[in-house]
Amino acid sequence: MNALARKLAVASLALGLAVPAFADPSLLNVSYDVARDFYKDYNPLFQKYWKAKTGENVELKQSHAGSTKQVRAVADGLEADVVTMNQATDVDFLAERGLVAADYAKKFPNNASPYTSTMVFIVRKGNPKGFKDWSDLAKPGVQVILPHPKNTGNGRYSYLAAWGYALRQPGGNEASAREFVGKLLKNAPLFAAGGRDATTTFMQRRIGDVLVTFESEAELIAKEFGRGEFEVVYPTLSILTEFPVAIVDKVVDKKGTRKQAQAYLEYLWSKEGQENAAQNYLRPRDAEVLKKYAAQFPAIKTFSVDEMFGGWSKASPAHFKDGGSFDQIYQVK
Amino acid sequence: MSFRRANAEPRWVRLLLTAVALGFLALFLGLPLLAVFVEALAAGVPAYLAALVEPETRHAVLLSLLIALIVLPFNVLFGVAAAWAIARFDFKGKSLLITLIDLPFAVSPVVAGMLFILLFGARGWFGPWLSEHDFRIIFAVPGMLIATLFITFPFVARELIPLMQTQGKDEEEAAVSLGASGWQMFWRVTLPNIKWGLLYGVILANARALGEFGAVSVVSGHIRGETNTLPLHVEILYNEYNAVGAFAAASVLALLALVTLVAKTIVEWRMHKETQMLEADLPPEKTQ
Amino acid sequence: MSRVLPGFGLSLGYTLVYLSLLVLIPLGGLVLKAGTLTLAEFWQIATTEQAMASYRVTFGASFAAAVINAFFGLIVAWVLVRYPFPGKSLVDAFVDLPFALPTAVAGITLATLYAGNGWIGRHLEPLGIKVAYTPYGIVVALAFVTLPFIVRTLQPVIEDIEPEVEEAAASLGASRWLTFTRIILPAIFPALLTGFTLAFSRAIGEFGSVIFIAGNLPMVSEITPLLIIAKLEQQDVVGATALAVVMLVISFVMLLTINALQWWAANRHKGRAA
Repeated sequence: MNALARKLAVASLALGLAVPAFADPSLLNVSYDVARDFYKDYNPLFQKYWKAKTGENVELKQSHAGSTKQVRAVADGLEADVVTMNQATDVDFLAERGLVAADYAKKFPNNASPYTSTMVFIVRKGNPKGFKDWSDLAKPGVQVILPHPKNTGNGRYSYLAAWGYALRQPGGNEASAREFVGKLLKNAPLFAAGGRDATTTFMQRRIGDVLVTFESEAELIAKEFGRGEFEVVYPTLSILTEFPVAIVDKVVDKKGTRKQAQAYLEYLWSKEGQENAAQNYLRPRDAEVLKKYAAQFPAIKTFSVDEMFGGWSKASPAHFKDGGSFDQIYQVK
Repeated sequence: MSFRRANAEPRWVRLLLTAVALGFLALFLGLPLLAVFVEALAAGVPAYLAALVEPETRHAVLLSLLIALIVLPFNVLFGVAAAWAIARFDFKGKSLLITLIDLPFAVSPVVAGMLFILLFGARGWFGPWLSEHDFRIIFAVPGMLIATLFITFPFVARELIPLMQTQGKDEEEAAVSLGASGWQMFWRVTLPNIKWGLLYGVILANARALGEFGAVSVVSGHIRGETNTLPLHVEILYNEYNAVGAFAAASVLALLALVTLVAKTIVEWRMHKETQMLEADLPPEKTQ
Repeated sequence: MSRVLPGFGLSLGYTLVYLSLLVLIPLGGLVLKAGTLTLAEFWQIATTEQAMASYRVTFGASFAAAVINAFFGLIVAWVLVRYPFPGKSLVDAFVDLPFALPTAVAGITLATLYAGNGWIGRHLEPLGIKVAYTPYGIVVALAFVTLPFIVRTLQPVIEDIEPEVEEAAASLGASRWLTFTRIILPAIFPALLTGFTLAFSRAIGEFGSVIFIAGNLPMVSEITPLLIIAKLEQQDVVGATALAVVMLVISFVMLLTINALQWWAANRHKGRAA
């Protein structure tokens, strides 16, 4: 009945009663949707570390949903102490509004991204259509499954990966990249609602010949659907997906939790934090940890959004805003 | 339900219609429900039960029930008042009023959530004032209540209006002209007449309140163990490749919807007994 | 007319206050927000090729779903009220299910059922009928999420029809079909139209279930709420409100027309009965 008592407390909150101050500091980590497993493992590690270091118990609360939606909620008043997102454009949005530092990317090592991932291909067992690289996805007669490139983070990364690949080909330029991505998108029989939906469409409904997704999702797919059903194919070149973290200055200053928030994010780069990333199939930044888990992270050449597109602030309007390259591909019929 | 042969359809029509109705329901509702349970039980009953006792799932169930419980009385009160005004009196602009009552349905749930962000969010009209006085509406339970109220707004009213319209006001006018007070008329005449419509309205609103995702998702803030309702929890579980957990939680929502129907059946049964007793006392004719 | 019945002021007043607080003020806020655009900007956002295609898909599929439900919903409601059969209360209980299932679960489940290898899709695909990831999928999802409306608005009204009237008609020699079209249908018509209206309007706004089965291809199977989401994904709240206002206005006009029509029909019926 303890839960019920809590419910009643929530209900009294609903009636507008004052919020009592809590003894232990608490942090709210507002994060993207598939990060729950990662932070479910990470939070106890940090709590243990912080208790040992300062003797203080810190309460950690999690919020997970679509990345873009989450930062909008933070801008609209969701009191996040820290944000941990899956694309820089979302944290940039908060920086523009003065909620996080303009130079948030420099406040922590590695572009403030404690781990990375990349986009890979999932193909049917035995790779019957022989997919090796992005160019195979644009060939006629194959079906490519990916999430909506305009409306989902996975979709945007997939789109930019293909675009960057085309740019790097001999003689590659904007026009050839557009043509290439246009051909690839023509092979998409549908745009999935999200990363998970794309997986279900490919694995369970057995639609399509190849699925483009995060490397880290491949293991989750194995967990859900078994290892015998698919193979992972690494293209010759792919995009480096970064997962930037930041402190929400406005909130930590108000709540007096800056110290804890800083430590919470810093600890992501500790050996324990990096190991946790690797165990969740996210590529750790720490060279030693990466080496230890080398078997699960095959070497792959990658480019970052900054290198290839001059950052999200250029890539977003050029490709995903209304009238951007994605819309143009579908407007020209 | 004793039907005299004189006004019943021929047997083959009844069989045909029953077959069509059941076939349609089986195909359209039965199969999806079955599929949900098949997914939920894919890893066996123990895994299903384990998914349900997870603390976050339990919390989400309680929060969903709490919201439905608070929202329903508001809906009933508004529904009865609106239906009374609209079905019993003539006034200008009635169609407009009904249309305005319908409107929340046509608003996409995401937009519905956005409405309240525009009002109460930090960048909204009342946001700065609210945060100054430390009132939390958005990203807390009050905001979720308001969004659910908006989403379920039309149900009871729209259920009652056509019913009361069909019934006409003769019985109530008779009661008043025989000297009944307003409340007496309401409790003795109106309420018994509209009970089914009211009940259906409540059941629908309840189901919708429990199942709502879009609007609540925008205003909840998704804080686990705090502002995560069951539908929001389902999404998270699904997204992190816990299909069993997601569909198990969804099956709970389906079962909760069925529970209200059990309540309905009990009420129905009791009422049936009552009317039987009444009919034994009274002469059978009624005024139309 | 003389007002014999009490409570007009109280009930109407309460209705208006509650309606204003919960619906009109927030929707007013939406319109004001969209009003920060110039008319030209607004028009440009509202009438892009993609937006126009999405209106056609959204309103067309919603209308189709409401028609399907009006037809089958009437039969279901009629059977549930009038004909006894074993397991009836259980079947009755199923009807509300689409509301209780989170729309995303409905969408995911329907997509799985209607995909080429799904329980239903595998029987349709050989016939050349594709449902999942086509506009038909949108109609299926919308029909699913709006099914309860028509059944539940009709049920109490059918329960309310006095058997005596039908008996009288029958004893006067009217065929069952004539009794149905002349007596029963006019009596339940307001409720049927109400159910249709509600299903239609709910379908217009529906998002969660549709995106999983629609396929979401630009110009083909994108619904307007998805375009609103696309605007929000670009953090373009004002653009999103512009599309929301367009939907609101179209819905409002359509609903007002249906409601006015219904009131007119009801009054005519009443007039004839008197």
